Amino acid sequence: MEAGALRHPVLRARRSRKDRIGDPLLRGLSGLAAVVAVAAIAGIAYEVFDQASPAISKYGLGFLTTNDWNPVSERFGAAPFLYGTAVTSGIALLLAAPLSIAISIYLTELAPQRLRRPVATLVDMLAAIPTVILGLWGILVLGPFMRDTVEPALQSVFGFLPIFSGDPSAFGYLTAALILTIMITPIITSVTREVFETVPADLKEASYALGATRWEMVRQVVLPYSRAGIVGASILGLGRAIGEAIAVAQVIGGAYEIHTSLFHTGGTLAAQIAAQWEGATGQMQKASLAYLAAILLVFAVAVNVIARLIVQRGQLKDTDVTPTEVEAL
Amino acid sequence: MSSESALLRRSEGLRRRNRVNRVVEISSTIAALFAVAVLLIVVGSVLTKGVDALSIHFLTTPTALFGEEGGGISNAIVGTAIVVASAAAMAIPVGLLVAIYTTEFAPSRIAHPVRFVLDVLNGVPTIVTAIFVAGLIVIPQGHQSGFALSVALAIVMLPIVSRTAQEVLALVPSTLKEAAHALGIARWRTTVRVTIPTAAGGLITGALLAIARVAGETAPVIILCSIFGQGNLTDPSQGLATIPFFIFRSSEAPSPSAHTEAWAAALVLIALVLGLNLVARAFYTRSRRRMEG
Repeated sequence: MEAGALRHPVLRARRSRKDRIGDPLLRGLSGLAAVVAVAAIAGIAYEVFDQASPAISKYGLGFLTTNDWNPVSERFGAAPFLYGTAVTSGIALLLAAPLSIAISIYLTELAPQRLRRPVATLVDMLAAIPTVILGLWGILVLGPFMRDTVEPALQSVFGFLPIFSGDPSAFGYLTAALILTIMITPIITSVTREVFETVPADLKEASYALGATRWEMVRQVVLPYSRAGIVGASILGLGRAIGEAIAVAQVIGGAYEIHTSLFHTGGTLAAQIAAQWEGATGQMQKASLAYLAAILLVFAVAVNVIARLIVQRGQLKDTDVTPTEVEAL
Repeated sequence: MSSESALLRRSEGLRRRNRVNRVVEISSTIAALFAVAVLLIVVGSVLTKGVDALSIHFLTTPTALFGEEGGGISNAIVGTAIVVASAAAMAIPVGLLVAIYTTEFAPSRIAHPVRFVLDVLNGVPTIVTAIFVAGLIVIPQGHQSGFALSVALAIVMLPIVSRTAQEVLALVPSTLKEAAHALGIARWRTTVRVTIPTAAGGLITGALLAIARVAGETAPVIILCSIFGQGNLTDPSQGLATIPFFIFRSSEAPSPSAHTEAWAAALVLIALVLGLNLVARAFYTRSRRRMEG
């Protein structure tokens, strides 16, 4: 039909005129959209640092080590929240990474074929639950359970450690860390599972042919092959944990100092912004909250860039290395 | 005699290896069971605790005034619908255009960095995006608004929409595009008439996933749209009630009746989000099968 229409000189001229406009138009529009996307991140960085500038010029880098947050005396510091972010995200990563690897091993090596997709879908669904609902669940279900069961149990066994001292409480670093674990495990798992699936079957079969058990095969073939992917995925998960504001704000309790005990209430960068932005009264308090956001932005961008670089380099290296590995076997 | 003990020793080693293997297999299975169990426990909690408070009345009545009881979430449902729809109206066209640019027009030395920037944008904490929009819109205007929130949500959606669109557009068989080129059809026409329709299922998937993601996004709501009048139901230039904010505020309230309402609202939100996810997945599986098979 189109070809038939082409033969008519008038139609042909009209169409080519349309095409003369259409091609550059689509190219221009889509290029503009790409510029908008790139400008968004530059705009975010500029605006956040701009809002933070009064606090940055007043407190300087000393802000990072000041262990205080006092709106009355206008003494603001990020140390309690840097500490809280490091502790909660660190614990979450320590728990979520091995868990994700184990789940991925199950999904790619152990599960019966007809179970793999449904179970993988369920794990992905866990990632889709809005964090405010995880927080709600944390407040009303996990928190009391931590206070009444988990924390007393930890204390009775490891009570000599300062991190498990003090009174068990529903809200605090540990509860927040567990909520973050639940949040990032499916995120890490979805990447590690995909990476595990790319391990060439002949490498695995070669390992089995040499008499390896399933675990030995995983340890000697799957894990080394996927190392870059696992590290990259874990760092991405860490980035998510660092940036989560709502679920953490709901269960961490809120405290403006550093506390050794994991049972104690605390704060993180993101949660502190969410908790105080609306109620912030002074100019300097808002600027200090923006300073926290600027720190958070720097962390998040750094974490993401590092993770992507590791994953990308890993992919390149793997494609290079594979043939020689096969030859070696 | 000695060979027998060597054999024994070797079988001892084999037994140990098998034991280790068994332990790892069992703990991996437990890990997977654990993840599924957590999902079931969370969704189960929401379901069992929310279903009692859920009623037609709850869905069709606006939130009660402070201190009063018996309100619902109709205003929050309307607010979320308006805010998410406007965010989608901004983010989906732009996201799709970015994807078209990187897959159809840009040379790889530009397409690669753009993709990288989108990934980084995807990793920016939503609370930071919210601070950005607060400085851009809320502070100059002097008040919060549903519009400010939808801009923030659009920024959150943008990388999700365009990254999935890029992946889907790249799956369109190049033979189709080449056929169009061979017929002398202009590039933009090929894109609009061949590439996009072929990839439609996958593109819809990406859009739905992005909508599902921002429908429950709460951090920007706290910063940009947490003050709203009882009377305002539909005006996005002012603050609007939203479901995530309703859940957040009720979860922080001390009264058990507020908690029950939070569970009910969570049930509505989780049904919406998981429903969108399942529909999105169905679309994806179907369109992939069509493109590959």
